[in-house]
Amino acid sequence: MSILQCCLIIVLAPLVGSVIAGFFRHQIGKIGAHTITSGSVGLSLILSLYVAKMILTGASPSLNTNLYTWASGGDLFPFAFHIGFLIDPLTVLMMVIVTFVSFLVHIYTIGYMADDPGYQRFFSYISLFTFMMLMLITGNNFLQLFFGWEGVGLVSYLLIGFWYEKESAIEGSLKAFLVNRVGDFGFIIGIGLVLAYAGSLDYAAVFRSSSSLSTQTIEIFSGHSWSVLTVICIFLFIGAMGKSAQVPLHVWLPESMEGPTPISALIHAATMVTAGVFMVARISPLIELSTTALSFVLIVGATGALFTGILAIVMNDIKRVIAYSTLSQLGYMMVAMGASAYSAGLFHLTTHACFKALLFLGAGSVIMGMHHEQDMRKMGGLWRKMPITYVTFLIGSLALCAIPPFAGFYSKDTIIEAVGLSTTPGGSYAYFCVVMGAMCTAIYSFRALFMTFHGKPRMDEETLSHVHESPWVVLFPLIILAIASIVVGYLLYMPMLFDNPTLLSSSLFILPEHNVLAEIAKEVSSPWMSMLEAPHSLVFWLTLIGIFIAYLCYILIPSIPSFIVKYFNIIYRILMDKYGFDSLNDFVFVRGTKSLGRLFYNVSDQKLIDGFFVNGTGRTVRWFATKGRLIQDGYLNHYIAVMVLGVFGFLCWLIF
Amino acid sequence: MIPTTHYLILSSILFSLSLVGIILNRRNIILLLVCIELMLLAVNTNFVAFSHYYSEITGQIFVFFILTVAAAEAAIGLAIVMLLYRNSGNIDVNKMNHLKG
Repeated sequence: MSILQCCLIIVLAPLVGSVIAGFFRHQIGKIGAHTITSGSVGLSLILSLYVAKMILTGASPSLNTNLYTWASGGDLFPFAFHIGFLIDPLTVLMMVIVTFVSFLVHIYTIGYMADDPGYQRFFSYISLFTFMMLMLITGNNFLQLFFGWEGVGLVSYLLIGFWYEKESAIEGSLKAFLVNRVGDFGFIIGIGLVLAYAGSLDYAAVFRSSSSLSTQTIEIFSGHSWSVLTVICIFLFIGAMGKSAQVPLHVWLPESMEGPTPISALIHAATMVTAGVFMVARISPLIELSTTALSFVLIVGATGALFTGILAIVMNDIKRVIAYSTLSQLGYMMVAMGASAYSAGLFHLTTHACFKALLFLGAGSVIMGMHHEQDMRKMGGLWRKMPITYVTFLIGSLALCAIPPFAGFYSKDTIIEAVGLSTTPGGSYAYFCVVMGAMCTAIYSFRALFMTFHGKPRMDEETLSHVHESPWVVLFPLIILAIASIVVGYLLYMPMLFDNPTLLSSSLFILPEHNVLAEIAKEVSSPWMSMLEAPHSLVFWLTLIGIFIAYLCYILIPSIPSFIVKYFNIIYRILMDKYGFDSLNDFVFVRGTKSLGRLFYNVSDQKLIDGFFVNGTGRTVRWFATKGRLIQDGYLNHYIAVMVLGVFGFLCWLIF
Repeated sequence: MIPTTHYLILSSILFSLSLVGIILNRRNIILLLVCIELMLLAVNTNFVAFSHYYSEITGQIFVFFILTVAAAEAAIGLAIVMLLYRNSGNIDVNKMNHLKG
């Protein structure tokens, strides 16, 4: 089988599964639904691994081909939009991540959603999601990227609002959808600019014209002209900000936790939210030429990495802690992009997909055991009852905190080092943010661990007696992901980051003066050495301090948190308000839009359209009729007089 | 020999008189009918004058037609007036404004 055929099957199998599970759900039943969808995604996984092996070992060259032309502008507009595949190392990496996590989530869902009435619908949605995500990453042009981009957004909306009888789920899904529209608005402007200035949407053609784009300028406000390339990159990045939940468009991600937990693991941690990171890596030939855009990416990412990390410390809902942690880690990935350490960002994306999916699925297992209780204040001491969930959750937390030798250590440490070496403007601010963020990460993730699994049980007797370990179908994905969280970092460390050439080097473009990873590579010899050198770094000790703080506050002296809340009340309230983003959005955008709507309703709709055009027409006709009927007084001789005058008038007109 | 112009002036005067009669008449509907007859006669005068002027007999034949039609019209008009009187009790033009809008 050729690579192209493999890719076609990889992409289309989940779609077929989704259609069957969605439209024939009564015929195939529950068992049929999960067999077909898991089977099709499993097939995609196996083929993805095969394609990855072929491409990454160099047994097969990268593939860039158009399958068919979707639309063409003819002679008038010399544009053509194709559907096509670009199968290069970056794509296959994403393909493996997506199908791997998706497959495990499919299996996990069999246990998690067992009693849900929308069982088949759920499977249909997550398979559809897998299809859309694969379309997004395999496309060889911006239009197909945009198709997948909107597709995953749609499925995300459907799945957050999966329990559509729950008010908060509806609100969460709507919020996610609307905030994403803001990002997508920027994204589509970016795509439009690409089409206008590069004359094509194909990656290859656009990247070829990158140098001409960087010399052209565009004037947005009079008197200020920018490089076209910078403008394009920033608009495309705004799209990434919406999808990858970067500050200030991050507000939707915590709300998305209203959806079922497998979704949080698959869509809102491992795959969809990393689409923005993928896209920035994909446009590296463009963004690399614009220092302004890189700096913007760096600063936005760094801000997110630190400040959302701090928020995770005060959350009490276990899923929200992990959601804010995801925001923080997405910030790290974006920082890596801004520092031109694309490989490091993508490496973190890979390890993050494993350990964050693990944490979410572990949290889901806890929630199942606790009978859908998500508040950590009502948990505690669960480790005896759920040993396997506990161990896997611990592994996930250690990986997240970047403790060697877990996966997160390799990726996150490299990012921090790369940012330290970066010469992009804003680099020192970003370095401060990512270093402090590392300590926050340790505090919040171990806080969650201690509150959930250690200490005295804080739930009532009845719940406690019912707590039980989850079934094997749930534990299996946890164990696989835990193993991945341990070994992925070690295995991919050298090949992805420091070997010459690296795995992704053919997909990425890095200017020699930006190449911070090459700088680091001079000092790195093997993963073992990096691990042994960890105690020499500041970050490692900050992380340990963070873990100790969490231990101190939540195990040794549990009265400290309430003490802090009491004496630093202002800070606590700012954090509980999430820096006021929600209030600001509510005040400016929600109420602003509402009052603007009311204004339009009252003035343009009620007064102008209804008052002037619709009723005004009627009133004018009636006025003419009222005046006109006065002429008809019914007297014969008046009519005759008018007629004679008329004839007289006509005669005059005819003669003269 | 009286010039044709004089006939035309006569018929114009007759026509105008009858027109003014119709417009100014506010009382009697019979008078209205009489004025209409007078108008037809004015037209007949024109016909006869031009028939003589062009030595063409057609105009004079037309006069016979018009006289016949006028007689029929007078009969119908009077019949309507009779019915009107029977129904409303008067033939006052001032009170006949039922078509008022």
